[in-house]
Amino acid sequence: MAAVTQDTAVSTGRVTRAFIYLLLLLFALFYLLPLYVMGVNSVKPLEEITGGNMMALPQVWTLDPWRSAWSTAQIGVEPTGLKPYFLNSILMVVPAVAISTIVGALNGYVLTKWRFRGDTWVFGLMLFSCFIPFQIVLIPMAVVLGKLGLAGSVPGLILVHVVYGIGFTTLYFRNYYAAFPTELVRAAQIDGAGFFQIFWRILLPVSGPIAVVSVIWQFTNIWNDFLFGASFGGTSQPMTVALNNLVQSSTGVKEYNVHFAGAILAALPTLVVYIVAGRYFVRGLMAGSVKG
Amino acid sequence: MTASTAPDFRTRLQDWLPKLVLAPSFAVTILFVYGFIAFTAVLSFTGSKMLPNFKWVGWENYEKLWALPAWNTAIVNIAIFATLYIVICTAVGLLLAVFLDQKIRGEGVLRPIYLYPMALSFIVTGTAWKWFLDPGIGLEKVVRLWGWESFSFTWIKDGDMAIYTIVIAAVWQTSGFVMAMFLAGLRGIDNEILKAAQIDGASNWQLYRRIVIPLLRPAFLSAFVILSHLAIKSYDLVVALTGGGPGRATEMPATFMYSYTFTRNQMGIGASSAVIMLMTIAAIMVPYLYAELKEKK
Amino acid sequence: MRRMMKTTVKALAVLAMTTSIAKAADVEVLHWWTSGGEAAAVGVLKDNLAAGGTGWVDMPVAGGGGEAAMTALRARVTAGDAPTAVQMLGFDIQDWAAEGALADLTATATAEGWDKVVPAALQAFSTHDGKWVAAPVNVHSTNWVWINKAALDATGLAAPTTWDELVAVLDKMKENGITPLGHGGQPWQEATVFDGIVLSLGGDFYKAALVDLDPAALGGEQMAEAFNRLIKLRSYVDDNFSGRDWNLASAMVINGEAGMQMMGDWAKGEFLKAGKVPGTDFVCIRFPGTQGSVTFNSDQFAMFNQSDAGKQEAQVNMAKAIMDPAFQSAFNVVKGSVPARTDVPNDAFDDCGKKGMADLAEANTAGTLYGSMAHGHAAPASVKNATYDVITAAFNGEYADGAAAAAALAEAVAAAQ
Repeated sequence: MAAVTQDTAVSTGRVTRAFIYLLLLLFALFYLLPLYVMGVNSVKPLEEITGGNMMALPQVWTLDPWRSAWSTAQIGVEPTGLKPYFLNSILMVVPAVAISTIVGALNGYVLTKWRFRGDTWVFGLMLFSCFIPFQIVLIPMAVVLGKLGLAGSVPGLILVHVVYGIGFTTLYFRNYYAAFPTELVRAAQIDGAGFFQIFWRILLPVSGPIAVVSVIWQFTNIWNDFLFGASFGGTSQPMTVALNNLVQSSTGVKEYNVHFAGAILAALPTLVVYIVAGRYFVRGLMAGSVKG
Repeated sequence: MTASTAPDFRTRLQDWLPKLVLAPSFAVTILFVYGFIAFTAVLSFTGSKMLPNFKWVGWENYEKLWALPAWNTAIVNIAIFATLYIVICTAVGLLLAVFLDQKIRGEGVLRPIYLYPMALSFIVTGTAWKWFLDPGIGLEKVVRLWGWESFSFTWIKDGDMAIYTIVIAAVWQTSGFVMAMFLAGLRGIDNEILKAAQIDGASNWQLYRRIVIPLLRPAFLSAFVILSHLAIKSYDLVVALTGGGPGRATEMPATFMYSYTFTRNQMGIGASSAVIMLMTIAAIMVPYLYAELKEKK
Repeated sequence: MRRMMKTTVKALAVLAMTTSIAKAADVEVLHWWTSGGEAAAVGVLKDNLAAGGTGWVDMPVAGGGGEAAMTALRARVTAGDAPTAVQMLGFDIQDWAAEGALADLTATATAEGWDKVVPAALQAFSTHDGKWVAAPVNVHSTNWVWINKAALDATGLAAPTTWDELVAVLDKMKENGITPLGHGGQPWQEATVFDGIVLSLGGDFYKAALVDLDPAALGGEQMAEAFNRLIKLRSYVDDNFSGRDWNLASAMVINGEAGMQMMGDWAKGEFLKAGKVPGTDFVCIRFPGTQGSVTFNSDQFAMFNQSDAGKQEAQVNMAKAIMDPAFQSAFNVVKGSVPARTDVPNDAFDDCGKKGMADLAEANTAGTLYGSMAHGHAAPASVKNATYDVITAAFNGEYADGAAAAAALAEAVAAAQ
């Protein structure tokens, strides 16, 4: 494994390298631009935004927009800021990510190490759940949640996100475990190890990289969801709904600096996850899904 | 007695356990995916308005759908958008991955920069790009302030060009992710093969064209699947960036479906457009899945 | 277990009712008033309710003038978990009432005498089959023009009262080197302008075309003229208008970059917030040729059927609180609209607000109060959006002339019905 992670053996000349660096930097600028625009405008007073240059650095630096977005901006009737909604999101995201990842791991384990007739069909059918547009399922989902008594509650939201997440997590883990030598599983079986023992002792310890991919993917998708949150969140609306309320207010003055600060605040958890776990991400992709 | 039945029971349990573990996921998929698709298909043949009802109207919704100019705009737009989006994302992703793979100093800094847009929600992406592309406050104004007075960049305000601004923002959001997939693919290639080819006198260009890119086939396929389903599902970005405008120039199937189902109270027509979207997705995914899964048997 | 819990709770609730230590349940309110001023205004309602012992559970969903909220509502109702009270506009109320989802408020309405104080045109939306199903909070009128006073003075002309005068003023402003018309290119904004244009061609024509959807009026010569005027107005708008928020267009008028804006009364809030004084810094007039008539839209709260007695009582409390004259005054002063009751004193309102209240009363007596097409008070959503499509296309120059646009409108409306 270690040998493979090295960079390519291709060698390049000095001019080419300069060109490569230049291009990589230009792309970095391209990717950073919107973040810069949001960042710089979130520390300006409102007059500077509506009247001035969006790229310019603030003449007057202020942290008020951030304070306002976090704790005093009007989200609904109460001027609570985004703070209380943050907790709602966490309460929903953490269980949903954990459950869908665990279920995906078990599914992947079954589909690769305990194969049965028609298992590829089962997998193929499950995979299609990744591709269904969410707007389509809104109304029937409401019916089902209503019947289950889960409408307008956090468990309901968790269920929805798990259901539409297991397609992806199963895909990731299946492709990852496919590369794991089945002989080891068979040997353990002969030694008398059971289904869960094998999973727990043999597969789980090596699942780190793909678990990172699965968690990142699920975390960002669920954290950023708006449609389900607004429809099924009830009174425990997630962060995105609150941010939307902040940004989309229908009439009245639009405080763009507060909007930008709020947008960055809402994106912070996912940004942190990407930056902290980013390198494991490529490693995980490498180990699993892409080879599939 | 117990000694002889216990292993029997245990083996049988062991036989059934894997299927039992998989069963809930499978059942849930059948209900929440295929059940809901069937429900939508049924709705598309009914005269549902604000809430679902089951008055059968035959093919009427489909006839109405294809007669609507906005639906045709949506079809043309998705064709333009999907093609450009997939091609550009793949090209940019591959280019960045190949370049990043050249023992680049600071890769650890660059990679998260390329990757982070994927972490942001549409509200964030849309707001930022809307600002940036707006001629009155964004790029055009800034470049003019810098002294290039005649600079003009008004795509987002131009019915013929606005669709391309959505391509730009969408490429910005996902090309980093595609880069990560290609990078993973590149890192997975055995260096010995490359070294051998170099000894045979292959140039860098030949090396990539003849050896590396063919070896990346799985990454290409994964990228294609992820990008094409994102393209067909693209809803959030359009709403946040152009709201379907100017006029209805940037209408897409997903926005069309949403507006007919939820804001225009013509749920029947909305459902029929959903069925067509699903059929398109199936037409792309089924052959792919078939080929992929069959190969591994 | 769950069910048992529920029945127990219900039984307790009934017990509580009968022993008249009734503490009403909370109201769960779905609305899209989330911007500072209006949210604060709703806060007044919340506090009034709290004083009477009714709690408020907030469920705000903003976006697209209530579109996101209506989607969420549909999901909630389908799930059998309807909120107790929902902010709603025009035809949505009628559609939900037709589905049988709304609670009957007639007893409260009769006791409080709502039918005497609420304009008839408004009652058409608050009642269904003779039953009150919603409590109106306010009346917005949409046929306003907001003019920068300095820019108007620079033209040397008076505030326009006819189409020709309007064109003269706009031309002069163009000569003076400003953008004559501040406008945001979003379908509903163009439709708002179009409301005014059609109304200026006559109240009867407005009603025939946009309310009664008479095909002859929709595709006729007068409609062609209306579209020609709309296309004419396009020539006074800067090139950067598409997708602009309405409040940025207001800002253009406020800082003198643009001469005027055709927008509903909520625009006033922007001017006031910028420290501008009506009559001194800006002028508010009815769309030229529409003085005496008003196109309106009204925010109402509809109550959804609840089986729980405590919640029903809370609904009644909320409906009463909404119709309380003091609340109507306090809310509308903040919101920029005028009270839905015609008997509210106008002391607290500024000049534009007083004019709005007088105009509303006048139009109500004269029978020239019409529902606004642009804001879903003239025709159901499917027709409204089909109309939007044609108006926006016409404004963006997709038809050769007004006649072609009128023909397209008649066709689109027929297809959407």
